Formats: sequence, structure tokens, C-alpha cells
Amino acid sequence: MDTFEPVIVAFCCHYCAYTAADMAGSQRLTYPSNVKIIRVPCSSKVDALHIVKAFEMGADGVYVAGCLEGDCHFKNGNTRAARMVDYVQKYMDEIGIERERLEMVMMSAGMGYRFAQVATEITEKIRKLGPSSIHAAICRQHVDTCAVVVE
Amino acid sequence: MITAERKPLEELIEYVRPFKRILLLGCNECVTVCAAGGRKEVGLLASGLHMALLKSGSTIEIREHTLERQCDPEYVEELVPMIDGVDAIMSMACGCGVQELARRFKGKPVFPAVNTKFMGASERQGVWAERCQGCGDCLLGKTGGICPIARCAKQLMNGPCGGSTGGHCEIGDDVDCAWALIWERLKELGQEERFVEIMPAKDWRPGGGSGPRKIIREDLAE
Repeated sequence: MDTFEPVIVAFCCHYCAYTAADMAGSQRLTYPSNVKIIRVPCSSKVDALHIVKAFEMGADGVYVAGCLEGDCHFKNGNTRAARMVDYVQKYMDEIGIERERLEMVMMSAGMGYRFAQVATEITEKIRKLGPSSIHAAICRQHVDTCAVVVE
Repeated sequence: MITAERKPLEELIEYVRPFKRILLLGCNECVTVCAAGGRKEVGLLASGLHMALLKSGSTIEIREHTLERQCDPEYVEELVPMIDGVDAIMSMACGCGVQELARRFKGKPVFPAVNTKFMGASERQGVWAERCQGCGDCLLGKTGGICPIARCAKQLMNGPCGGSTGGHCEIGDDVDCAWALIWERLKELGQEERFVEIMPAKDWRPGGGSGPRKIIREDLAE
């Protein structure tokens, strides 16, 4: 499991986290390549279905990155996104996926350092949790093509 | 609208576990509006069922479809080409939709994915509250547009009980006393005299007391 490289999907708001990722790049800050960024016009554009589908396709972790509280470009999209993340976490409990694999984070467009830090911390957390049970089940079905070592 | 809530995933998994291919069917009407059984919820449930079963080592093919309305035979008919390819149907519509499917497709097991709750209105985004119990003899014209049948825990017909405090019902502070609401509304309308009119004991027969109800419009019925 030492070689396990998690697949992490980060839904990043165009007005904050996505720009922060850009800022991290400009500052030559490194963050794990495990994080696959999907740019969204607002964190509230992310639907429960997008998150659930990401896990269904084998993501080991997902996070939604929105603006700081009170700073949403569309007034309150970030707080709505946070409520949606809570809702999906409860659904994950029902399905049997650890809720720690999903997180809501907030940052501003200028926080390049925080973006890199969050990406690193979440990657480490998911690495410790190991492959998601869904990812592992997919790998059991496709042993020859799957990178995850299934015990 | 008719409101509903999804059943616990655990219960739904037990329904579908014996089957290889199921049709998961949403409805574009009430259950879409109350975010319980529309196209999006069909997608979420299909994904959840798929993952939960995958974890336990089994796989299932879930075909997703959402009808314009599940409680009308005309719309249900469009499912005919899809039915042969599936072992069972799971419906995310209200109980009316589930029963319409069971009536039309006699050879297929049909399972409900939601618990049908009540006829209600949206109080605000994400909150629905009971407003009508279909008593069959509407008295809203006498009670300032507020229903004591649906909104009074005791269904009292002539004013509040002793459990009404500060406009709230004794069953919980988050429940308004229907008769307090009625009084406030009648005052606003200048119809306080309506409050003292004694309403006779309610005839519950039109409300289902005399068995399952039916409406026949002779000019429309074939």
C-alpha cells in the first residue's frame, strides 16, 4: 500500500480556488499531481451527482473548493455548496464510503500557498485511508489494467 | 404537490439484490419538485445502489429513465419497449405511480424507492409542509384559507385546544397552532365573527371514510 497513489478530484471555483491554483503555479509552489482539478463557475454549481459519480468512477477522494465565507461572487454559493457536501457525506455513510473522503474547503484567489497546502494535506489524508472501497472493487474486476494493488 | 422522501438505501438494496437488471424510474411531476424522485435523484440513487452492491461483490445493471408522469397510463405506455429487458422496476414516484406500473406490467416486480408523505406546499427552499389531507369537503372558505384538518394536530373544528401557547401547538414549538393562524387571518380580513360560528361535526365520508374514492367526469370518461 506504500505505493498507493490516490485519485483525487477537486472541484474548484473559477473565482477563488482555481485562480489560487494558478497563483500556486506562478509562485512555483508544488502540490501533488494526484489532485485533478475541475474548474466550475461557482462551488454551488457542483451537484451531489457530480461527487457521487466521481466516487463511482473510482476517485479515492473529492473536495469542493469555494470562496471564503462572505466572499462568494454569487453571494452565497459557497455556503450552499457546503450544505450540499454535508448532504452527500450522509449519503456516503449509507453507501459505506468513509465521509472523510469528501471535504469542503474555502480559500481566496490570492491564497496560492493555501491551495498547495490543502492539496498536499488532503492527498496525505487519503493516502493514509487507502483506496476507496469502490476503487478497490473496480480493481478486483479489472486486475490487469488497475494500478491499485488489491489485497 | 404530493411530497415524498427516499427510503433508506439499505432497504432498497434488499429489494434489488436478487435481480441482474432493473429499471429505475423517476417522475417529472411532484417528486421532482420536492427533490425526491426526479431525473437527478434517479441518477444519485442508481449510483448509490451500484456502489453499495459493488462493495459487496455483486453487480447490477441499472437502466435509468424518467417519465413525464407516472400516474397516467398514457405516459406509462411508453415504457413498453423497455420492460422486456429488465427483471424488475424500482419507481421513485409517489404511491400512485408505483401502483400504475404494477397495474400495467403485471409480470414484473415493482418496488417503491420513496415513502410518499403528504400533500404539501413549499415553505421555503428545501422545506415542505403538510397543507391538505384531501378531506373531500373543503372548508378553507370558512377558516380564512388555513386548514384545521391538515394543520391542527387534533383536527379540531371550533377553535384551539388548551395546548395552544403563544401561537404554537403543544406538540412542538416549530408547529404553528392552526387555530391561532386562523384567528390572526380572520382579524386581518375583518371577519372575526366567523370565529364564533359553530361548525357541526365533520362528515368524514367524503374524506375516505366510506372506502376508496373515485371521481367520474361523465363528459370526459370513455
